[in-house]
Amino acid sequence: MTQTVERPPVRVLRPRKNWIPPNPAELWEFRHLLVRFAARDVTLRYRQTALGAIWVILQPLLGAGILSFVFGSVAGLPGPAGIPYFVFSLAGMVAWTCFSSVATRSSGVMVANASLVQKIFFPRLLLPFSTVMSTLVDVAVSIGLLAVVMAIQGVPPGAAVVTFPIWLLLFVMLGLGLGMSSGALMVRYRDVGYVLPLLVQLLLFLSPVAYQLSAVPQSKLWLYELNPLAGLLEGFRWAVLGTTAPSTGLVVYSTIASVALFVIGLVIFNRMERGFADVI
Amino acid sequence: MSSDVALAVNDLAKAYTIRHNVTDHITLAELALDRIRHPFHRAEREQFWALDGVDFELREGEVLGLIGRNGAGKSTLLKVLARITDPTRGEVRLWGRVGSLLEVGTGFHAELTGRENIYLNGSILGMGRKEIASKFDAIVDFAGVESFLDTPVKRYSSGMYVRLAFAVAAHLDTEILLLDEVLAVGDGDFQAKCLGKVAELARSGRAVMLVSHNMVTVRQFASRAILLERGALVREGPVGDVIGYYTDVSTGVLEEADVSSTPRYDPNLGRRARITMVRLQHDQGVVGADADLEYVVTVQSNEDVSAVRLSQTIYTVAGIPVGNSIGNADLELRSGHEVDLHASLPGHGLAPGRYYLALGLGFGDTSSGMIDLDVVLDTVHFEVLPAVSADGRLTTWNDSWGHVRFPPVQVTQGASVYSG
Repeated sequence: MTQTVERPPVRVLRPRKNWIPPNPAELWEFRHLLVRFAARDVTLRYRQTALGAIWVILQPLLGAGILSFVFGSVAGLPGPAGIPYFVFSLAGMVAWTCFSSVATRSSGVMVANASLVQKIFFPRLLLPFSTVMSTLVDVAVSIGLLAVVMAIQGVPPGAAVVTFPIWLLLFVMLGLGLGMSSGALMVRYRDVGYVLPLLVQLLLFLSPVAYQLSAVPQSKLWLYELNPLAGLLEGFRWAVLGTTAPSTGLVVYSTIASVALFVIGLVIFNRMERGFADVI
Repeated sequence: MSSDVALAVNDLAKAYTIRHNVTDHITLAELALDRIRHPFHRAEREQFWALDGVDFELREGEVLGLIGRNGAGKSTLLKVLARITDPTRGEVRLWGRVGSLLEVGTGFHAELTGRENIYLNGSILGMGRKEIASKFDAIVDFAGVESFLDTPVKRYSSGMYVRLAFAVAAHLDTEILLLDEVLAVGDGDFQAKCLGKVAELARSGRAVMLVSHNMVTVRQFASRAILLERGALVREGPVGDVIGYYTDVSTGVLEEADVSSTPRYDPNLGRRARITMVRLQHDQGVVGADADLEYVVTVQSNEDVSAVRLSQTIYTVAGIPVGNSIGNADLELRSGHEVDLHASLPGHGLAPGRYYLALGLGFGDTSSGMIDLDVVLDTVHFEVLPAVSADGRLTTWNDSWGHVRFPPVQVTQGASVYSG
């Protein structure tokens, strides 16, 4: 038999033993699918709804309205000086929604797409990532809404307004970290699907969304500030509304915690990814 | 060597872990509770090798037939090649992109329109936006769905689903194409058109792997074939040889077929009610020529459904349909219940040879077309013995006579008239 020079294979499939970091080249190769998944989410969310995309505006408005009523009017908590309570809680709501939507949507996305995962190969990370893209569409609209409300109410943006994308990125990382780890666990244990919404609901009240961090009693502040959302929300409002800046220590802690949770989410997701098709 | 290798498989194995004596822990609470109740009890684990030490090559421009009985490992092999699941041992080397059509309408979203689904499906199969746009007209034309492009696919018939799914996959420029039993649905004309397309793809240098129960199809379109049996590759070679071995020698009977996790060709099948087990009531799967064909079908139901009928189609081991029969009784299925159906085909009339049974459950009008609840294309395999004549000798049967032994034709003799 004549020995021919063998072409190297394009790809080799072998058992994977250890944790393999996500492959950026492969993710790039499938970028069209990422966009397509996100577009599908956005299209489906408002198809067959009577009000359609108006919900994107109504949701934060209603949310901020109720929170202002409960915390501002009923509980009588003080808002930051010179800023109407509604504008204050709307800013909190916009940032909060960015976090909570990414967390809940990215956690349920694997189970919701079980039929795809069982029948077709694509980098599984695309699914949670695609929910970020579709959420950002909503976030962009609600930020526009916030700008309009601020202009009407005569609230000038803070000096550090240019840093708001950084804060949003941190909210996304935190949400995605939580979503990916719970989403991977949900493939095996469906009760994670009940625990997460409950956790998110509790976090809404344990985070300074509709009240200021300064309203938290000094004695319990250290415990309260363990929640990375505390620093992020204060930071976001400092950037957008020009409220008091959070302490440097708190910002550093929140940033590190958010990035760490994101990395932990990636690791858990990748570890469990191999078994998805066999378990779902 | 005439052409280059497109796909090479070496010592490929895939094991699934089966746990005995445990109800599956769906919730963490159940798991915790079980651990507390039985702290020292370890779940008995058993490795089930769905594939074990498979080696073969697929060359460019070749159509390779993959044949084997239900549960032989065909679907697992395709899943590993399509990268849906990881192998447990061994490796697969690929010299090109892999496109696959393992199930009808995978990746199709019911709420999206035909047009949106073409783009979504194209992206899932690895095509870019421009690539899809450039092939869009050809895809629509091939599928014949022009008038329904802006209709949500949930209003499509299952035939339209298959046509669209196949059209997208066939127009994809992957070097390797995997096709599972997807053409089981759809009309004959379209099947012929699809298979013609498969042959055309192979001529243009694509490597195609084709799974079918229909040996006529495999023989016609594949040049080589591999045969899997219980996860091992038992035969490889020219398609005629492998099919000959499969239909004559290798395959024995299969008295009991666990089809609970056998893939269905349409994901909607087996959801509301599912056939989980089929058991022949004949020792060693051998059926006498004049016996009744008897079997038990276990059905698991997730919904209350009334007036359900069992439908059976008998195929020769070569995949040629012999005939169909619909059960005579309306069955009542209750949600969350498992039920055994005892079926008996009186005086089956089959010629000596090997056959297998495809089973379905449907409801609705038996004359104008039923709605399928579940369809399993391959269940038990049995052997029909030659008839025994009155003096105790086996009768002969000539293959050219077909597969049905009709009851003795009734002949009466008229008066003899002298003609010589």
